[in-house]
Amino acid sequence: MAIPKVMGTEIEYGITVKNDRDFDPISSCVLLVNAYREERAAKILWDYDQENPLADARGFQVDGEKYTPNQQENIARNKTLENGARYYVDHAHPEYSCPEVTNPRDLVIHEKAGERIVEISRREACALLPEGMQMLIHKNNSDHKGNSYGSHENYLMDRRTSFKQIVEHLMPFFVSRQVYAGAGKVGSENRAQRCDYQLSQRADFFETEVALDTMVKRPIINTRDEPHADREKYRRLHVIVGDANMSEYTIWLRQGTTALVLSMIEDGAIGRDLSLRDPVRAIKEVSHDPGLGCTVELQNGKRLTAVQLQAEYLELAKRYATGRQLEPWAAEILQEWERVLSALERDPLELADRIDWIAKRVMIESFMQRKGVDWDSPQVQMLDLQYHDLRPEKGLYYLLERQGQVRRMVTDAEIARAVTEPPEDTRAYFRGHCLKRYGDQVFGVNWDSISFGIGDEPIKRVLMAEPLKGSKAHVADLLLRSKDAAELVKNLRA
Amino acid sequence: MERHVRLQDHADASLTAWVSMSESQQKQKSGGGSGGESTGSAEGGKKLAKKGEALKEEMDALMDEIDEVLEENAEEFVKNYVQRGGE
Repeated sequence: MAIPKVMGTEIEYGITVKNDRDFDPISSCVLLVNAYREERAAKILWDYDQENPLADARGFQVDGEKYTPNQQENIARNKTLENGARYYVDHAHPEYSCPEVTNPRDLVIHEKAGERIVEISRREACALLPEGMQMLIHKNNSDHKGNSYGSHENYLMDRRTSFKQIVEHLMPFFVSRQVYAGAGKVGSENRAQRCDYQLSQRADFFETEVALDTMVKRPIINTRDEPHADREKYRRLHVIVGDANMSEYTIWLRQGTTALVLSMIEDGAIGRDLSLRDPVRAIKEVSHDPGLGCTVELQNGKRLTAVQLQAEYLELAKRYATGRQLEPWAAEILQEWERVLSALERDPLELADRIDWIAKRVMIESFMQRKGVDWDSPQVQMLDLQYHDLRPEKGLYYLLERQGQVRRMVTDAEIARAVTEPPEDTRAYFRGHCLKRYGDQVFGVNWDSISFGIGDEPIKRVLMAEPLKGSKAHVADLLLRSKDAAELVKNLRA
Repeated sequence: MERHVRLQDHADASLTAWVSMSESQQKQKSGGGSGGESTGSAEGGKKLAKKGEALKEEMDALMDEIDEVLEENAEEFVKNYVQRGGE
């Protein structure tokens, strides 16, 4: 049976400083991340011993140098937060990896809390800049000049499921899910064919089907095999094909449908060959077709539109759900998935209050009509960019939200709580509360470990190989009984 | 459940989806589902016209606010917006 789909996202944000002729993204990122003041996070290391980004899911190890910063640099670039998240500098972008959650709705709450945290630190960072300069952050994936940065999803999977199966059944799903998961983009880039508007921020950048790379020759399916959990039992599917979404509904649906399809793959429930003849070409064709009429060719010669391809998955999912005890969130996902696909068939405008690429397009087209400008206008490109702006008073997605024109899935209170509180049903609870209670004694953290420096004793590392252990139900009492880290370690051994 | 109520509230305030969505909700309520068409009654027409007006007003309000918040010097801003590749 499929294992629970523990999930999380890692969002790399665009960063720029207005009126700074010597803008340096890396030092700006360091300034930003350190401007977020959570006292206890100030001296904690990110534990690179536990990292292995060069392991390939197809079963080999790639040669290359593993990045390990020195201690000072490590602390300057990495913040582990009390809500269980990691907030850090990744190359030339600020990145927020949310804590592990067990369902799409919590994912929305924690991804949105990430937006708040980055915005709080942006404001703090701005106060430190020379007068006239202003730092701006965008939750997007490209600069429209051929440079892209990622927003990655992670899903816990059963190690016994062969990677070959995952690739085969996921590829057509990833090519087509952009019909509801796309964040929308004006124009094209990276030598893709010219277009006015497309569904996805990212599609232009995928150049190969399956690979380990994420920065060059980007693959639709990434093979990084770094489970951050018991390697014998689990894999963490690292999904790099998605866009950074603003809409809560889009995020929710994207996570839910993907997790459901992964469960189906684990249970061998996709007994239909939907393989595409040329996925790399198809992903661009689908993205470049906001009319949703174009068809892509399957290996078997059949041609389907992306919506029809999704409908195939939906049908299989409904059959899969029949007579089966699925995770509690799955029923609502199935229902909305169906609703969205039928609206896409009928009239995509029906979804202007919930699907990012449609909401953005309607806004831009209304603007174009009012101003008499076309897709090439810099103002139109500005609208596209500003949809993703994290400033609540300037960001156009937030403007739509304020005007009640986009459908909410979660409340502001839930998001505010997630800024400081970890999820209660995964090991993130243990991580977060260790930071809250024993922050001064925490030496280093990684997803599957936390180590303590207690007096002069050797560093004690607690391993958390089970993502669902360390929840409130498991450890609340233990934490309560342990007034400091020494007691915690003692009680853990008892 | 509670969430559902909220969602409906927001749906009512939604913009472009106004007309078509309230139609599809009606369809669901009437339990038909398969290829049901919207009612062509005079009352329905009036309702739609009203909604159309509301829609236009909302859109105008949105456009006014966009005018206010849209980055000045869009051309320069867009030109200077350069990021390094990431991931």
